[in-house]
Amino acid sequence: MENSIQSVPQNWYLLLSTFMFCIGVMGVLLRRNAIIILMCIELMLNAVNLLLVSYSSYAGNAEGQVFVFFIMVVAAAEVAVGLALLVSIYRNVASTDIDILNRMKW
Amino acid sequence: MVISQIIFYMLAAFTLLSALFVVFSKNPIYSVLWLILCFFSIAGHFVMLNAQFLAVVHIIVYSGAIMVLFLFTVMLLNLNSETEPHKPTLLKFAAVLSGGALFLIIIAAVRSTMPAPYVAPQLSEVGYVKNIGMKLYRDYTLPFEVASILFLSAMIGSVVLAKKERFN
Repeated sequence: MENSIQSVPQNWYLLLSTFMFCIGVMGVLLRRNAIIILMCIELMLNAVNLLLVSYSSYAGNAEGQVFVFFIMVVAAAEVAVGLALLVSIYRNVASTDIDILNRMKW
Repeated sequence: MVISQIIFYMLAAFTLLSALFVVFSKNPIYSVLWLILCFFSIAGHFVMLNAQFLAVVHIIVYSGAIMVLFLFTVMLLNLNSETEPHKPTLLKFAAVLSGGALFLIIIAAVRSTMPAPYVAPQLSEVGYVKNIGMKLYRDYTLPFEVASILFLSAMIGSVVLAKKERFN
């Protein structure tokens, strides 16, 4: 397993994470439940993380993995604040449907 | 075919399938559970890439903390497939079409600017705990400390936001 990354071309990781990112974008556009939208944002963040780690490993440079670590930190903080916002929204309008929250639209 | 390629294909198929199930399942709880599986397979990719530290941190932070938070919120708000709102079919088609178009555009852009592929080193050691720790505590000390302030403010902010307002 030590030289396992030698047999997998780096382009495959590029393709995989692009596809995952697009699934996340599709989910954000497709769903109306705000929690699912938050989860799709997590999916997009993870696609970018995977790409950063693959480039970091293939180039032999640790900085990409340090960046991924900080992205994880920011994602954890973002999820905590986002879910707190969702709970307080749910308390006010008794729904997590984002189409109800259109008061700031115009 | 080398065994690591087979492992890559299986992990990639698992990742993509579970990501698709996250988007398309009707019940939010099933979405959360599929997302946990997706994160585990991404941790498997990290192990394949010799990034052991990030694999462990990914499992602890994402599958252990963030998804439990999601699951708690879904259960706290009592969301299930009956209360799940759905978009009109036309908008769903538009969403899928624009996601696919974005995929094609990114692939085309990457193809036209394809750099020379990296030659993978014989043994990539950058992902080991020792190397990441050296990098983190030697070159990135200030961001590391700022991250703790970010966590503190996020904690205070989420408590303030989720608290019941008593004065209205």
